[in-house]
Amino acid sequence: MIRTNTRWLALAGALVAAGALASSLKIELPTEAASLKPGSGAEIAKGQCLTCHSAEYITTQPRDKPLAFWKAEVEKMKKAYGAPIPDDQVSAIADYLARSYGTGGS
Amino acid sequence: MGKSRTTGLPRRDFLRAAGGLGIGVLLGTRHAAVLADDHYTLPVANGERPLVRYPQKRSLIVQTSRPPQLETPFEVFDGDVLTPNDAFFVRYHLAGVPTEIDPEAFRISVGGKVDTPLTLSLADLRKLEPIEYVAVNQCSGNGRAFSAPRVAGGQLGNGAMGNAKWRGVALKTVLDLAGVQAGARQVRFDGLDGPVLPATPDFAKALDVDHAADGEVMLAYSMNGADLPLLNGYPVRLVVPGYFGTYWVKHLNEITVLDAVLDNFWMSTAYRIPDNPCACVPPGTTVKKTVPISRFPVRSFITNVKDGATVKSGRPMLVRGIAFDGGYGIREVSLSTDRGQSWRQTTLAADLGKYSFRQWQTTVSLARGARTLQVRAINTIGQSQPLETLWNPAGYMRNVVETTHVVAA
Repeated sequence: MIRTNTRWLALAGALVAAGALASSLKIELPTEAASLKPGSGAEIAKGQCLTCHSAEYITTQPRDKPLAFWKAEVEKMKKAYGAPIPDDQVSAIADYLARSYGTGGS
Repeated sequence: MGKSRTTGLPRRDFLRAAGGLGIGVLLGTRHAAVLADDHYTLPVANGERPLVRYPQKRSLIVQTSRPPQLETPFEVFDGDVLTPNDAFFVRYHLAGVPTEIDPEAFRISVGGKVDTPLTLSLADLRKLEPIEYVAVNQCSGNGRAFSAPRVAGGQLGNGAMGNAKWRGVALKTVLDLAGVQAGARQVRFDGLDGPVLPATPDFAKALDVDHAADGEVMLAYSMNGADLPLLNGYPVRLVVPGYFGTYWVKHLNEITVLDAVLDNFWMSTAYRIPDNPCACVPPGTTVKKTVPISRFPVRSFITNVKDGATVKSGRPMLVRGIAFDGGYGIREVSLSTDRGQSWRQTTLAADLGKYSFRQWQTTVSLARGARTLQVRAINTIGQSQPLETLWNPAGYMRNVVETTHVVAA
């Protein structure tokens, strides 16, 4: 049923385009499936990191990296990308990320 | 995100308002994630990714979902020399992705150090003399996941590239209409996509004026004979042939001639490579002096034999693939079955232009046992590919001779 709907929508688009009617192109992005692992610091990380990007930005990273790697990433998000992460949360987030997706926290 | 000069509204409001004027065509479905057919495993540690159909796209490898970064499954490159629009990779930096664009209301502003600032509609663009050529677009980080040691960033296999026939207007035509003033140094390009937070640097890139006005850099409104898919920059993207995709600004709506070199995060900090001929440093070390990334180095790939495949020994086997470079054109593609001790030339297919993929093929006969197939291209000015991976901290510019391991049985 879902596939049929998708085809119908695409067909409708083609028909409207063929008729050369004024039309805006509108898309709907799929819902996100990935999430962050539970654990100490997870809620802070979710609140800060997932404001601007989905969880795969974290979960797809190489898993052989130490705390320093994750701390550098958090600091880059704060300094280069303007993430409003309070100084006292930087370590908590980096520690959570290194524990959950790296070689271990502090 | 630059401001829209045509309406005086902030750009997102402009889009919403513009969208309300026409008949909306909704592509995709909120249930698309449910359609995830399968997974795709890149040949690296932690390489499993979902395959998901995004609007106007077939199932692609989801690197990230917000903003969307979709990689083309490598098998696609064994098909037509032109990468189908629905298979073409997608790469955004910032999650403020426009999801509704009214082509009637869309405008491109041309301003800054020009005699006559312009506001161009799509109809205006289509009245100007068109140009057309085939060109590869490739992400700077294509193949980053193969860096050793691994580095931070999008963990891409080799599928963040594609080859398309682009049609549009030479940027030079538009700059000449506006009249670039003396003292101009760079041209800045900004698109409709923007950051979630105001504090995040908007994605904007720049080219030197001479490059921008070389007659080849294009405002493309057509891709393989059709409108660009929205996620590839509909309705107009910049095409900078031979240059990495970071310059190919999508949903391009603001062109500004500058009398200075653009100094923003995306030019001065990101997308920079070591300032030396190999764009490399010893693995794991830092870089002292950098320059902005620019042209593709030479690359070549086998497309019809999978790494780890078992093949028949002692009988002719067809091996084929693609090669490309940063715009000098491919002169020769060779294959080695003895780890680079000897190379045999392959047969090149039709030449679609110096910026295009060039297909090649040959036949080999492998003796029984574990074997390697390696492919190496040379361009018309003699540039080629290294046998050892050249490393840099951002994982850019990968162009090592790729190795396909097979078992001949």
